[in-house]
Amino acid sequence: MTAPILELRGVNKSFGPIDVLFDISLTVRAGEVLCLLGDNGAGKSTLIKILSGVYQPTSGQILMDGQPTSFPNPRAASDKGIATVHQFGGTFPLMSIGRSFFVGVEPARGWGPFKRYDRKTANAVAVKAVRDFGITRIDDGDRLVGGLSGGERQSLAIARAVHFGARVLILDEPTAALGVKQATHVLRIVNEAKRRGLAVVFITHQVMHAMAVGDHFAVLIRGAVAADFKKGEKTREEITDLMAGGASMSSLEAEIEGYMASHGGHPPPPAH
Amino acid sequence: MSDSQSNSQGGAGLGQLMRRPEAGSLVGLIAVYIFFAAMGGANFLGAPGISSFLNMSSEVGIIALAVGLLMIAGQLDLSVGSVVPASSLTVSLLAGDFGMPDAVAILGGLGVGLAIGLVNGILVSQTRIPSLIITIGTMFGVMGLTLGLTVLIHGSTGVFLVPGPAAKAIFGQLVGNMFQVSILWWGVFIVAVYWLLHVSPVGNWIFALGGDRESARNAGIPTDRVTIGLYMLSGFAAAFVGVSQVMTFNAAQVAAGQTFIFNSIMCVVIGGVLLTGGSGSVLGIVLGTLTFCIVNQGIFFSGLDPNYGSIIIGALLLIAVMTNDKFRAMALALAAGRKK
Ligand SMILES: Nc1ncnc2c1ncn2[C@@H]1O[C@H](COP(=O)(O)OP(=O)(O)OP(=O)(O)O)[C@@H](O)[C@H]1O
Ligand SMILES: [Mg+2]
Repeated sequence: MTAPILELRGVNKSFGPIDVLFDISLTVRAGEVLCLLGDNGAGKSTLIKILSGVYQPTSGQILMDGQPTSFPNPRAASDKGIATVHQFGGTFPLMSIGRSFFVGVEPARGWGPFKRYDRKTANAVAVKAVRDFGITRIDDGDRLVGGLSGGERQSLAIARAVHFGARVLILDEPTAALGVKQATHVLRIVNEAKRRGLAVVFITHQVMHAMAVGDHFAVLIRGAVAADFKKGEKTREEITDLMAGGASMSSLEAEIEGYMASHGGHPPPPAH
Repeated sequence: MSDSQSNSQGGAGLGQLMRRPEAGSLVGLIAVYIFFAAMGGANFLGAPGISSFLNMSSEVGIIALAVGLLMIAGQLDLSVGSVVPASSLTVSLLAGDFGMPDAVAILGGLGVGLAIGLVNGILVSQTRIPSLIITIGTMFGVMGLTLGLTVLIHGSTGVFLVPGPAAKAIFGQLVGNMFQVSILWWGVFIVAVYWLLHVSPVGNWIFALGGDRESARNAGIPTDRVTIGLYMLSGFAAAFVGVSQVMTFNAAQVAAGQTFIFNSIMCVVIGGVLLTGGSGSVLGIVLGTLTFCIVNQGIFFSGLDPNYGSIIIGALLLIAVMTNDKFRAMALALAAGRKK
């Protein structure tokens, strides 16, 4: 059995007095999709920001291919083949599609200080990447990103990560703004990346999407790993309950129905 | 971005041209020039008029280029107003009071600018304090230091200097008795900054930084280093103007330089740079600088009350911001709507 591409051991993360992640241990293997699930504010984005070099853990260890490592900045992570689509941002409204696609990794011609940004190549590659993604409306890499729709912008960001992600692809709620067709396409891309041997970390609030691609599930509740299981080990209902932060949806429903039956059809007063 | 749009499709049509963000600046420049040509007559159209606004443009223009880059990257630099006198006084004190060779004195002056830029850059990139506040702070700090040291060393707030012929020729020459050699230096700065912003890959980092700082960092751009570099460039540009002033006028004054603070920002904004960052061009900054200086100097040729010049500049600024927003909206609409 080969070492996992990425492994977190006992990782904690605090922002000043605010503790966000507690003792996280997780593995991300090649050819496997890890679905990170959890309620809003559970710490999913913070966790993947540690994997992509945006934040450093307060304590704990990151291992890559079994070797202790650290990602002091996002550049360090992307140099090691980790590409991330963050939940927010990722594109630049007032930049052209080509320039936005290649931010930080601009193709250039020429030498040393006389390097010239290669607009033609950038536009051609970027346009092809988004068109392959199913956004066929885009045919001109000089167009400004701000003129695209939210979903098109997200597709652009994902296409970028897929293009540059050599070993690990991290997607933070990539399907949130997407239409049915594009969301399906993202799921297909995830499966394709998996088949090519990449490790994928996938965050979503949609059970269907998680079930469709996940091999391995980790549920965060208030910053701690509350459950860590493989595909087929839990039913859809159990996963849904865990995603809602541990409260059992079905028992909650039964509770409400019981209350209404005994209170003449009135719903319970809101909890505080 | 906008810039590459034109060199892409050769022979861009008028419609395409009008959609470029600089179009508004160009229209403004032409309108202002025609107005003052009509008011100022032959004097304004001839060498005295041209040299007066070109001389001014060259000085404020060198600073505006660097301040413009910073603004595109989403930052402000108000400290330029104190770097100009700090540099010119460093030069005159080193060369005059300490008797050092001109070359050493000039390097000292430029070094002061780079050092102040470094401090600004480090403070802006390592703290969350807005750059407006930080550079106001360094402006006052540098101002006080300059005043204190000058009085301490020289005993007064103004220093005269007679530079050697070489230094004078390179930095302070008057060509045809009217045109400052700094106009040529402005040209050098224009080419260099154009290359940096529109040709080299680093230009992309600057736009990304101003567009979305966090995403830029997440994309792997060394945001701190770029920020520090841009502040050092702006310190250098202001120091360069300080050197060129002391070489041109053979004197350095502690109080000189305050006008550069707002003037450089005006040139940049009239030139179509987005105040909040992420958009702008070197061509626009140059056009904005020329427009600003034509109004500023043209007013003396026109026979109008000079106070009206300020009113025109104020109005220009507002019109520029409004039209630039329009042009930007048009560019976005173009991106959204057009089908081949
Ligand atoms: N930079 C920060 N400083 C302080 N607190 C933070 C910071 N970033 C995140 N937090 C806190 O950490 C917690 C987890 O945030 P995070 O963004 O990781 O949640 P999430 O699981 O991604 O939620 P969502 O599903 O809404 O995206 C939140 O309570 C948030 O307020
Ligand atoms: Mg999140």
